[in-house]
Amino acid sequence: MGGEGLGWKDLEIGFVVTEPGNASSYKTGDWRSERPIRDNERCIKCGLCYIYCPEACIHEDEEGHFEADLYYCKGCGICAHECPRNVIGMVEEKEE
Amino acid sequence: MTKGKIVGLEGSFAVAEAVRMANTDVISAYPITPQTHIVERLSEMVADGDLDADFICVESEHSAMSACVGASAAGARVFTCSAGQGLELMHEVLYIPSSMRLPVVAVAANRALSAPLSVWCDHSDVMALRDISWVQMFAENNQQAFDLTTCAFRIAEDKDVLFPTMVHIDGFYLSHVIEDMVLPEEEEVAGFIPDYKHPFVLDPDKPVSMGCYGPPFIYSETKKAQDVAFDNTRPRIQEIWDEFGELFGRQYLPVESYKMEGARVALVTMGSCSETAMLAVDELRAAGVDVGLIRLRLWRPFPFKELREAVKDLDLLVVLDRAISFGMGGPVCSELKSALYNKREDLKIVGFIGGLGGRDIQISEFKYMVTQAQEKVKAIERGKEVETVIIGVREGGGR
Repeated sequence: MGGEGLGWKDLEIGFVVTEPGNASSYKTGDWRSERPIRDNERCIKCGLCYIYCPEACIHEDEEGHFEADLYYCKGCGICAHECPRNVIGMVEEKEE
Repeated sequence: MTKGKIVGLEGSFAVAEAVRMANTDVISAYPITPQTHIVERLSEMVADGDLDADFICVESEHSAMSACVGASAAGARVFTCSAGQGLELMHEVLYIPSSMRLPVVAVAANRALSAPLSVWCDHSDVMALRDISWVQMFAENNQQAFDLTTCAFRIAEDKDVLFPTMVHIDGFYLSHVIEDMVLPEEEEVAGFIPDYKHPFVLDPDKPVSMGCYGPPFIYSETKKAQDVAFDNTRPRIQEIWDEFGELFGRQYLPVESYKMEGARVALVTMGSCSETAMLAVDELRAAGVDVGLIRLRLWRPFPFKELREAVKDLDLLVVLDRAISFGMGGPVCSELKSALYNKREDLKIVGFIGGLGGRDIQISEFKYMVTQAQEKVKAIERGKEVETVIIGVREGGGR
């Protein structure tokens, strides 16, 4: 994880991060107030949602459909806005 | 034990000599009065091949400090200098090397801040830099400008310090004045400032991320770590000054005193006007006044312990500020009161403001401060409010 449990004595000098690429462990999914849902029946697999996603968190599955990784997805809704078939909708996240 | 040769050097050239002898790798600076001669001299040294450094001609002080951060992160020995408005333009970036623990060395040729436009000396620019977490110290003459700049490299790069370090020299009073001073042998300076290795440098073989984002869950921890590390630099600063004293015969202390034996009253100064204050103390002592002088050499981290020791037998401190904290008074006076609060309830502290924007402070004015302060103490004891006086300010109002 991104170091939530670290105390001040645990930090490297100058707050240097010695593990390359550890930004990928930083969860941005909890910023989300709405999540994307999609209707794969009507999806034409064009991949525009994948191209437009500013978080680069959408990946293609084995059947050629696209899915957002909710660990990173901030719920910005750009995929839903750009989808030419309007198969992506945004639904409100509920308290669990 | 005064090694080296006696030369006549302008303060700016003395600083440039220290930077050259330190075998600095990268200089990134933008010229501004009254610091200009330092940059000019250094660029000349690089152009003439007298100093094997990269001289980066930047377009602003903001860029100057940014380039210093990058070069220092790559492990280079780095120097810059500025003054007044230049330090203000640099201000945003000054916090970066200190929190990233990059040992950049800088000299500030202290200058007043606009408006009105003034290129002349006061400490307004210093007071805007109090919280940047750089080690900061004051020189009183050109010898000290050289010595403290030399020490600044050792201090900044010490593995138990690793904080950027700034030497304050009063603009014009030191930067443009030629004084005799001892210039040490190059080999001796080189021996005093060996090559250093930062524990983390930009190295493709050992990649690290520097200057990362600090979300709320970690930012407090980073600042605590920085504050503790900065506080802990004090003993190393003294040890390095002691080592310098052993080698070169000139000893520096965080708080230095002058004629404090038996003193009940002391003036407090920083920078070049300390030497004028010494002459005032001489004259007052000759007239039978038990007065001494305390000079703050180390400004950050603040020398609490040494200050408390210096004032332990005093009844009255008379503090000169060369800046105003508007709506608050003299900043140095405020800090001294804060540092001594709950330690010496019976000690009176009276502040004066003077020397703003290049206005000279005379011996007679230091003597006036001492007698006026004693009058003010009587007023304070009668419960009266005492306002901070600007020395020599004209009242006018007759028009």
